Amino acid sequence: MRVMLPKENRPIIQVQHFTAGYDGSVVIDDISFEIYRGEVFAILGGSGSGKSTLLKHMIGLYQPAAGHIFIGGKDIVTAEGEERTNLLKSIGVTYQMGALFGSMTLLENVRLPLEEYTALPSDAMDLIARMKLKLVGLEPFLDYMPSELSGGMQKRAAIARAMALDPHILFLDEPSAGLDPITSAELDRLILDLARNLAITFVIVTHELSSVYTIADRVIMLDKEVKKIVATGRPQELREHAANPWVRQFLNPGASAETAGKGAGGER
Amino acid sequence: MKPATEASINSLDARRSSDGGTLTLIMTGRWDSDTTGKWWQRGQQILTQSKPRRLVIDASGVSYCDGAGVAFLIDLQQLQIRTGGDAAIQGLQEEVRRLLDIYGHISIERPSGRRREPLSIIEQVGKAAVELWRDFKSLLTFVGELAVMLLRAARQPRLVRWQEAWLVAERSGVNALPIIALIGVLLGLILAFQSAIPMRRFGADIFVADLLGIAMLREMGPLITAIILAGRSGSAFAAELGTMKVREEIDALRTMGLEPVRFLVVPRVIAAVAMIPVLTVFANLFGLMGGAIVMRSLGYPLVTYVNQVLSAVTVGDLMGGLLKSFVYGIVVAAVGCLRGLETRTGASAVGQSTTSAVVSGIVLIAIVDGLFAVVFYALGL
Repeated sequence: MRVMLPKENRPIIQVQHFTAGYDGSVVIDDISFEIYRGEVFAILGGSGSGKSTLLKHMIGLYQPAAGHIFIGGKDIVTAEGEERTNLLKSIGVTYQMGALFGSMTLLENVRLPLEEYTALPSDAMDLIARMKLKLVGLEPFLDYMPSELSGGMQKRAAIARAMALDPHILFLDEPSAGLDPITSAELDRLILDLARNLAITFVIVTHELSSVYTIADRVIMLDKEVKKIVATGRPQELREHAANPWVRQFLNPGASAETAGKGAGGER
Repeated sequence: MKPATEASINSLDARRSSDGGTLTLIMTGRWDSDTTGKWWQRGQQILTQSKPRRLVIDASGVSYCDGAGVAFLIDLQQLQIRTGGDAAIQGLQEEVRRLLDIYGHISIERPSGRRREPLSIIEQVGKAAVELWRDFKSLLTFVGELAVMLLRAARQPRLVRWQEAWLVAERSGVNALPIIALIGVLLGLILAFQSAIPMRRFGADIFVADLLGIAMLREMGPLITAIILAGRSGSAFAAELGTMKVREEIDALRTMGLEPVRFLVVPRVIAAVAMIPVLTVFANLFGLMGGAIVMRSLGYPLVTYVNQVLSAVTVGDLMGGLLKSFVYGIVVAAVGCLRGLETRTGASAVGQSTTSAVVSGIVLIAIVDGLFAVVFYALGL
């Protein structure tokens, strides 16, 4: 069992009255939540509930229809110029498919943020990049191209690249997607190690319940029909004691089929 | 550790012991990826110049340290040990100590890995020859496969996906008309103007019309149309099919029992072959219009120019040019599709296929043009 929460009583991310959508349709409607320093925080929900949409707004890729997202006290929605660059440097992101640059070796992939954002000499950048690759167990593969690696290795390399500038927060979009259970468990262990040893806050969008129970301190569940957060708390507690039966069903799909196929906004 | 927003100030001071054997480096302030860079080489310089028996790094004044700062500590420590001295780090805060424990096992020596050695000239020539031979074989196989599929399509037209063929015909043909018109007019203008200058010295500038008529219909019209088709449509075919290959859509077709050549290549080849003669006729027409502008500016009436062109060219010239364009169409569409189907994995693969489609298309057009020149000469056409 991981440490109790909140680990520190200081939220590092605050999402306030956040509303988002596409082409006039609302996907998420007026939600608010906080993430605490050092937490492993999971965003759950069915397909189309807006998990990835929320994540992409939190990392500043899209502008929300309404609301604010504070990272370390600064609003990523309104930040511009140098303030925005500094905010983006303080976070790391990995994508569903890893998104490593296919024309670069692993070392070059991890070096890239250092080359772009620091004035470190070349040998220092090499050493730091190798430190990050070693941390994720990929130093022997530093000269490999991403296409020569397995899916799990690519995801780990993506984490190494996201950590190049020592961010305080890592956002992971579906880290276990497409991985076999053993590789997925290895990745979970890596996330836990990084969270414990480096006090990195993780925000993870995932479908993998086994990962959620292993690594997440706290989760929120989004629902497609009501477009809101329908549950917040520790995953084990929600599985047993959530007031909403759909949430219990979602977190324990093998238990009962009575609410299967219905969202939280549907029949209860 | 203090938060990342605090002022970024740090320093590195060196102090030698009275006997000169111990060098103490005193680090203070914030050591992160923004602030470590300026001290990196300075630290190495101090160490290599003073060559102490013992190095002590006093980090008690460090207020913040991330991976970059830890890398600096590791670098100094290992540099010292490598020269036979010993090193100690003192006064580390607990958080920095933990970071050092996590990262400290790395060697500053880059592992040999598997850096690719550059190939010798002989190896490069050999590799290129093997690739050329493979390329030739795959081209031959593809041509055979395409020929069989086209024959089957001729016998059973319902096998062709006509809707897709029409769409491709619109994209490759109708949508290419503006660029064909522009290049045609400019080509006609340039050819006529460049030939008019020397011919005028002999009072033969009326024969510019003959030159232009024959050159456009027999050579330039089909050639320029084929090159534009290779740049516009050949590359588009390669990119389209290449993306499908990367997204495993081609594999999906195969597993559904659908032959990619019949399903994807045949409609494109038919569309290109149907459109290129039409585009060539337009290119000829616009080229002659460009020539007309020059001839009018030289003072010849339009009717004189038209009569001169008509007297110079034959139906054979036009048909010969159209026959060429027909073959160019097959070559450009087929090689575009082939390169698309050969696409490997990765983001750059589609780009490579597209480039290769255009280059191969233009090279093959030049080769086919040369063959036509020889055949036409031999036949006295």
